[in-house]
Amino acid sequence: MTQIELPKYTAKDFATDQEVRWCPGCGDYAILAAVRKALPDLQHRRENYVFVSGIGCSSRFPYYMGTYGIHGIHGRAPAVATGVKAANPNLDVWLVTGDGDGLSIGGNHMIHMLRRNVNLKVLLFNNRIYGLTKGQYSPTSLEGHKTKSTPMGSIDHPIHPISFALGVEATFVARCTDVNKGGLNILGDVLKAAANHRGSAFIEIYQDCNVFNHQAFFYATEKDTARETTVLLEHGKPLVFGNNRDKGIRLNSTRLEVVSLDKVKEDDLLFHDETDPALAFLLSRMSHQQGMPEPVGVFHRIQKPCYEEMMMAQVNKALEQRGEGDLEKLIHSGSMWTVSE
Amino acid sequence: MNTPATAVDRQFATETLEGAVIRFCGDSGDGMQLTGGEFTTTSAVFGNDVSTFPDFPAEIRAPAGTLPGVSGFQVNFASTDIFTPGDKVDVLVAMNPAGLKTNVADLKGGGILIVNEDAFNNNNLKKAGYTSNPLEDGSLDEYKLYKIPISRLCDESLAETGMGSKAIGRAKNMYTLGIVYWLFDRSLEPTIQHLTNLFAKRKNQPEMAEMNIKALKAGYYMGETAEMFQNRYVVPKAKLAPGQYRQISGNEATALGLIAGARLAKTDLTYAGYPITPASDILHFLSAYKNYHVKTLQMEDEIAAICATIGAAYTGDIAVTASSGPGIALKGEGIGLAVMTELPVVIVNVQRGGPSTGLPTKTEQADLLQAVYGRNGECPVIVIAAKGPGDCFDAAVEAVRLAVKYMTPVMLLTDGYIANGAEPWLLPHVADLEPIAVKYATEFNAHADDHDGEGNNVYWPYLRNENLARPWAIPGTANLEHRIGGLEKAENTGNVSYDPANHQRMINLRQQKVEKSAQDIPPTEIFGADSGDVLIIGWGGTYGAIHAATERLLAREHKVGTIHLRHINPLPPDLGAIIKRFKTIVVPELNKGQLIRLIREHYLVDAKGINKVQGKPFLVAELVAEVESLLPRK
Repeated sequence: MTQIELPKYTAKDFATDQEVRWCPGCGDYAILAAVRKALPDLQHRRENYVFVSGIGCSSRFPYYMGTYGIHGIHGRAPAVATGVKAANPNLDVWLVTGDGDGLSIGGNHMIHMLRRNVNLKVLLFNNRIYGLTKGQYSPTSLEGHKTKSTPMGSIDHPIHPISFALGVEATFVARCTDVNKGGLNILGDVLKAAANHRGSAFIEIYQDCNVFNHQAFFYATEKDTARETTVLLEHGKPLVFGNNRDKGIRLNSTRLEVVSLDKVKEDDLLFHDETDPALAFLLSRMSHQQGMPEPVGVFHRIQKPCYEEMMMAQVNKALEQRGEGDLEKLIHSGSMWTVSE
Repeated sequence: MNTPATAVDRQFATETLEGAVIRFCGDSGDGMQLTGGEFTTTSAVFGNDVSTFPDFPAEIRAPAGTLPGVSGFQVNFASTDIFTPGDKVDVLVAMNPAGLKTNVADLKGGGILIVNEDAFNNNNLKKAGYTSNPLEDGSLDEYKLYKIPISRLCDESLAETGMGSKAIGRAKNMYTLGIVYWLFDRSLEPTIQHLTNLFAKRKNQPEMAEMNIKALKAGYYMGETAEMFQNRYVVPKAKLAPGQYRQISGNEATALGLIAGARLAKTDLTYAGYPITPASDILHFLSAYKNYHVKTLQMEDEIAAICATIGAAYTGDIAVTASSGPGIALKGEGIGLAVMTELPVVIVNVQRGGPSTGLPTKTEQADLLQAVYGRNGECPVIVIAAKGPGDCFDAAVEAVRLAVKYMTPVMLLTDGYIANGAEPWLLPHVADLEPIAVKYATEFNAHADDHDGEGNNVYWPYLRNENLARPWAIPGTANLEHRIGGLEKAENTGNVSYDPANHQRMINLRQQKVEKSAQDIPPTEIFGADSGDVLIIGWGGTYGAIHAATERLLAREHKVGTIHLRHINPLPPDLGAIIKRFKTIVVPELNKGQLIRLIREHYLVDAKGINKVQGKPFLVAELVAEVESLLPRK
């Protein structure tokens, strides 16, 4: 078999002639650039990519990717994407959604797509606000958040996207920020790790809506604070953070606590294990609001059979056991009788 | 059980009938659906024409003995062509008082009434609301009543099997079927074969097969030996069109038709559904045919099901979803996306009684306007309807063909009556079916101004062909990468466009495309008079009743013609001219008048409706009476 040579792609090959229409300064630009930059390195054919989205600012993403794409309806991208993978399991499908699209109106579909482990990559842009509809609170908005629809503050308890994804059995769960001025710019690496994962990969991306919820994640992206308020997860390594890498996370009974490396040895810190869902869940509960650094990187990564692979395996097994279906035989089967002239 | 020697000696008067209607009824746990289904298959295999009407409660097991728990199965079998399960029944088999109470009104005067006497105890009589025992109080005197202690006789005949009393109790339907087989001189063989397949082979319970077969035979011998029946009845074979036949329900025929459509298109079939009565069987059937390149996805809800079909259609499969009214309502936005993205998606609506949850197990035709209009925006889809169980096959093939040819969603309407009802199906040959041409785009199809050089250099996903269909380039095709979505498209390029004039053009184009598909509609067939007093226009599952009613009206020398529409949106191009040839237009429907609105709107004709919304099909007699009331007095 001759190997068909892959074209040498650059980020430009994944752009389109469509004018990008996000607000100037929106965090989406950084994510778009990171995706366009990551794809050439993955060595997959451009025509095999399908970007699927729902509705919302983030969901305009497919129009700006020079690949196949479907801009669907609100919340339903996981179902559309599942259909794409069912029809052709060989495609590289990426799903772009937001906190409203993916966790509110589309929460049900997200649950089932993740638990089925459809082999596709989910980029969930979390900006804790509804941007496209101009500023209502979202399912990830913090309690008390004053928005257009909550003038006295939100009374909803927010959903934690990482806890959610773990709870519905996602096999790859990660978190990044759109930009990082503190040197923890891991978005590109996480995108590639997700792409190389066989199964549903869920990435929560902290994204700045500079119009309706500006600086919601400032603490996690700015030069001075990023390393103090986030902790990078690396499989097999201790959880160390801080501008001077002088702090760590320790497991005390069933709770996580911040300790100073002056007093605690690195060996006594919590070591990250991507395969342990209970540990990943504990990590997903660490929040800035409660004075903890928030983990970024890969929380959880395990191998499980993929939905569309198992589906095709059943089709192939049926073909093997019963042979290629013969339509004439299918029609002419069961209890038949003949009426003669 | 040994056959007593006297059996062979006894003589019975044998009466030959043109046809008969039998209804089996009892608790939903009494196995009436299986019993009726077996009688139907046996009669069909024997060579009768048959038509059935299963009628069961929405509850899986309503409290035993109660009126809501009654399940019935009616079968009409005849030596002549028949089109309906029959208005009134000749033989009623009631397994308990509740069954008797809810069904006896449909039994003809002088009809045969067979009851399981053992079930008529105080407790059951009370549950059915009887204050006195109808078997004793003379209220059933107008019928030929046969009180048979079925439970006891069945128990006795199976005592030696060593099976538990619960299992034996559940075999009494086969005992009863044996009695009815004897009464109508039917062979036991088809049922014995089926029981063997069902229990011994598929469920690996040979002892259950043996017990049920024993019960069946015991009932048969009871008919022969007990000096109870004076007569046996013979319904000779029907003269059906020559060919090979099998029994088929509408849902099974729909499933086979969808597979056939995909195979004719040489394309995989992706079916995404969500369980809903009465459409679930389509999913069940399709999931068993994976070796026909069928992929079935049981999604998390109805919305996911339509959206998965859209994803699969974009990727190049024949993509289908099926549901019933409430599920179709949920799919509405998704269907709109399929209209906007101009993808070939087939949506099957097995209609049931509405609104809301309505009557899940009963039939109705009240989703026609939902199919034609029930979405936001100007959102046309092709709508076709199947007229009977076997016809669901042809309709499903047609739905796939139209969807692919015009790159548009197609809604196929069936209903609970034809979905669950069965009839003999004259089996088509694949070689006679027209192939469906699917050609995915592989090349650039346009020249962009900002490019140098000659020839095509871009792919425009919304450039249309002579049928106004757009090209179908599927992911994996190099250089034809493109994005589609629910936002308005610019003509030709398919880019997002908010231009007012473009929106108007695209609205018009989508409508014109659906209208254009009328070019594929064959000339309309008229049954009966070609012109005259009354034109009956029907659609969907009422075909049998309307056809039978028309036959009667013609026999009475009325100038009546009947059209049964397959194509509802667009309507057949010749329909307007036909309508002009009749004085009165009558539109019978199992709704408050939906097709009639389209007929009035399109042809500005003062059509009259015959409307019934009871969850039940039309009776032939009521259609005849209604139409006659509209005819000129002779």
